[in-house]
Amino acid sequence: MIRVQLPYHLRTLARVGGEVMVAVDEPVTTRAVLDALEQAHPVLRGAIRDHGTLARRPFVRFYACGEDFSLESPDVALPAAVSRGEEPFLVVGAIAGG
Amino acid sequence: MSGVRLLVGTRKGAFVIESDGTRDAWRVSQPLFGGWELYHLKGSPVDPNRIWASQSSGWFGQQVQRSDDGGKTWAPVGNLFAYEGATGTHQWYDGTPHPWEFKRVWHLEPSLDDPDTVFAGVEDAALFLSTDGGASWAELSGLRTHGSGSAWAPGAGGMCLHTILIDPTDAERMFVAISAAGCFRTDDGGRSWRPITKGLSSEFLPDPTAEIGHCVHRIALHASRPATLYMQKHWDVMRSDDAGEHWREVSGNLPTDFGFCIDVHAHEPETVYVVPITSDSLHYPPEGKLRVYRSRTGGDEWEPLTKGLPQQDCYVNVLRDAMCVDALEPCGVYFGTTGGQVYGSRDGGDSWTAIAHDLPAVMSVEVQALP
Repeated sequence: MIRVQLPYHLRTLARVGGEVMVAVDEPVTTRAVLDALEQAHPVLRGAIRDHGTLARRPFVRFYACGEDFSLESPDVALPAAVSRGEEPFLVVGAIAGG
Repeated sequence: MSGVRLLVGTRKGAFVIESDGTRDAWRVSQPLFGGWELYHLKGSPVDPNRIWASQSSGWFGQQVQRSDDGGKTWAPVGNLFAYEGATGTHQWYDGTPHPWEFKRVWHLEPSLDDPDTVFAGVEDAALFLSTDGGASWAELSGLRTHGSGSAWAPGAGGMCLHTILIDPTDAERMFVAISAAGCFRTDDGGRSWRPITKGLSSEFLPDPTAEIGHCVHRIALHASRPATLYMQKHWDVMRSDDAGEHWREVSGNLPTDFGFCIDVHAHEPETVYVVPITSDSLHYPPEGKLRVYRSRTGGDEWEPLTKGLPQQDCYVNVLRDAMCVDALEPCGVYFGTTGGQVYGSRDGGDSWTAIAHDLPAVMSVEVQALP
């Protein structure tokens, strides 16, 4: 299972507490993780990626194992520690005031 | 009358504020959707327990929430607002072409006769319709594509469709207002639209009396006389008595005719309320005095209403969707400020009390008189 950490507003929107666990087949990629996440929590469709293009929303970033995957292709394999469930995949709201 | 319910949208969540029919003591709910921008909430006139809410965030986009129990519990419904066909461009602030992009829902207008039907006015400006309780949304694209769309431009708040009025005597007729494009009318249920701006004048336009480009801030009508429309424009308070075919200025003796909100007394179609704001550069009341102005003559002659409102050091704004009236006797009038106050009057505006003091900046206020 893949561990996904969501920012506060997406946790409240999806009505989940801590980390979300999703099942993803290899290869584990950003696209595969987000597909599984949106399948499990449809309310998140459009909140992380654009509905139509599936492009990352501008103020959202993706981190894993201390690396920034925001600008990587969504089809790049995530670190093995993520696919083994040892480390979480982080969906992060870009830092800004408010 | 069992009670009155205010639906307050703010920059940091929504609040449901309730009173019994006396409108004397009010209970403010905990924040709903805390941290999100709630541009608008509105209840169905058919089923007051069905309430719609537009929840949005610059980070996480648009959600639409629906309550079927008067705001106690909520569930997200559809949030896919896809423009129909090729969107083309509108004008950017400097007049250059800019691609159409969905940003948020500004206004939700429930059907007058079907609780599952609701209209959504969005930024970038377009009108959407759901007939399945919000599960799906379809654009009424005849508005955006009728021919003038490429000349629409954003106001300071964005290029938003912010007002939707349904004619209670003719289900095929609706009015919408867009900043900064103008005012439009359909007579065929939303399939086709045309501008209704004759008589408007805006000095910021190269041609002040052009058909398109006016920054209409809000329009309002009285259900008993739907061909009479009142308008708060960027500057100027206007009136039409022929369903928007012609407009005339009724700013009269207002201290300034800039402002955002306008509404009509529930029982007196010639009684109108506005909140004058200093100017387009100074979005706060003149002289630091928060004054609602009331006309009992359908415009031109206005009187300040100040009892219970701050008359010094007040520098808040009252946004376009932040004023409403209830249908009780006497008529209640309510408005919210960017300083987080919600004021109410239960005597048609003669006197006011602060119902809430310290909310986040208020974006919208709607009221429901509960049976």
